[in-house]
Amino acid sequence: MMDDIILKAEGVRKSFDGREVLRGIDLEVARGDVVAILGPSGSGKTTFLRCLNFLERADGGTLRFDGDLYDLSRATRADAAAVRRRTAFVFQNYNLFLNKTVLQNVTLGLTTARRLPRDEARERAVRALEKVGMADRLDSYPSQLSGGQQQRVAIARGLAAEPEILFFDEPTSALDPELIGEVLAVMRTLAEEGRTMLVVTHEMAFARGVSSRVLFMENGAVLESGPSREFFENPKTERSRAFVEGLGAR
Amino acid sequence: MLENLLNAHVIEVLIDAFPRLLGYFLRVSIPLTVLSFLLALAISVVVALVQYAQVPVLRQLCRFYIWVVRGTPLLVQLYLVFYGLPSLGVVLNAFPCAVLVFGFNEGAYMAESMRGALEAVPRGQLEAGECVGLSWLQVMWHVVLPQAFRIAFPALSNSLISMVKGTSLAATITVMEMFRQAQVINGRVYESLGLYSEVALIYLLFCTLLTFLQRRGERRLNRFGGVK
Repeated sequence: MMDDIILKAEGVRKSFDGREVLRGIDLEVARGDVVAILGPSGSGKTTFLRCLNFLERADGGTLRFDGDLYDLSRATRADAAAVRRRTAFVFQNYNLFLNKTVLQNVTLGLTTARRLPRDEARERAVRALEKVGMADRLDSYPSQLSGGQQQRVAIARGLAAEPEILFFDEPTSALDPELIGEVLAVMRTLAEEGRTMLVVTHEMAFARGVSSRVLFMENGAVLESGPSREFFENPKTERSRAFVEGLGAR
Repeated sequence: MLENLLNAHVIEVLIDAFPRLLGYFLRVSIPLTVLSFLLALAISVVVALVQYAQVPVLRQLCRFYIWVVRGTPLLVQLYLVFYGLPSLGVVLNAFPCAVLVFGFNEGAYMAESMRGALEAVPRGQLEAGECVGLSWLQVMWHVVLPQAFRIAFPALSNSLISMVKGTSLAATITVMEMFRQAQVINGRVYESLGLYSEVALIYLLFCTLLTFLQRRGERRLNRFGGVK
């Protein structure tokens, strides 16, 4: 079971205006893994995650996803669409469709991209919204919700597509402290259900308690990668030790 | 002076003229406005999208179109198309000619309003749409354009209001609309001050109505659009 690799990225490189932000990142994710991508700000974590979903075009590297191999720098629109159909992406700023209700936010992709019949899409959406505790706000608009509620709807939007893997890009960083808990709780439930998740985060308690593996990045390179217990209890590099200890002091 | 404007004879002329003026306004000026505005709206959305998506070649063509149309007077454009093009064998009836010229003219201004509005929609909306599997056009249609439309609404209302009054220029290319009808009546009764004031008043009342509708429309869009 552990060998059931669903996603494998190799040598992912990316520069912005000649500045190298990713210097060849490798990552292997097995089905059911919850991988926390950690590291100081500006280490390239978010860019890496965005490259995997083609939101950012990498300059080099390959992605093997669910049996298909993609050259990240040469991927076509169709490639991007094929990967996105089997993944979900949760943004730091939620990015709920502002002109759509909660329910429409979740059903839009199902009815328009996947061509599900309306009632089936609705059923699926309501189920996903129940899971994140937002089924009582079906007709609200995003502007009427708190940040935490918006993020939970965004997670439901991802879940409804029944993705093979969920990407989270700093899902709690834009939230007021008192709202972080409700989002993390949802994510913890998903992890316990055995969903495959890739989470860029600064929430160390979450990384420590929930993630199965850690990818520690700095300056666009992987410094350490392995089971999260090992990373937190016995960091291998000096930088990761400093990182973990610095968090303890906080 | 006031007596010149408001003696019994003048009032009779104005009351006489009113139903005819209003009739031409409703039957010609308003349809001319509506058709021209719809054409302009379609043009503006396409031109704005082409620029937003940075489609090569087409994008330069759109910039060229906006440059030429915004840089030349509407009246000159009307004359050029109606009186000039026949020398090249292109003969248009006055009404469709006016619709084309007004549509393409205002379309250039509205395209800029729409482009600005598209760019004001947060980039994340497009990304989120693509991440749930929508194609670029689908995201535009379902997510970005509706929000851009809300943002552009005041500017588009401006364009509509300006177009209502602009249709009076169609009189110069023989379209029998309200203003030209006023000229015709004036030729008979010779009451310029009163008649043109009356015409101005009808324009003013209609534009007041549009302003009122704009405000209601904005409130409605706010309620349903949820854009802060």
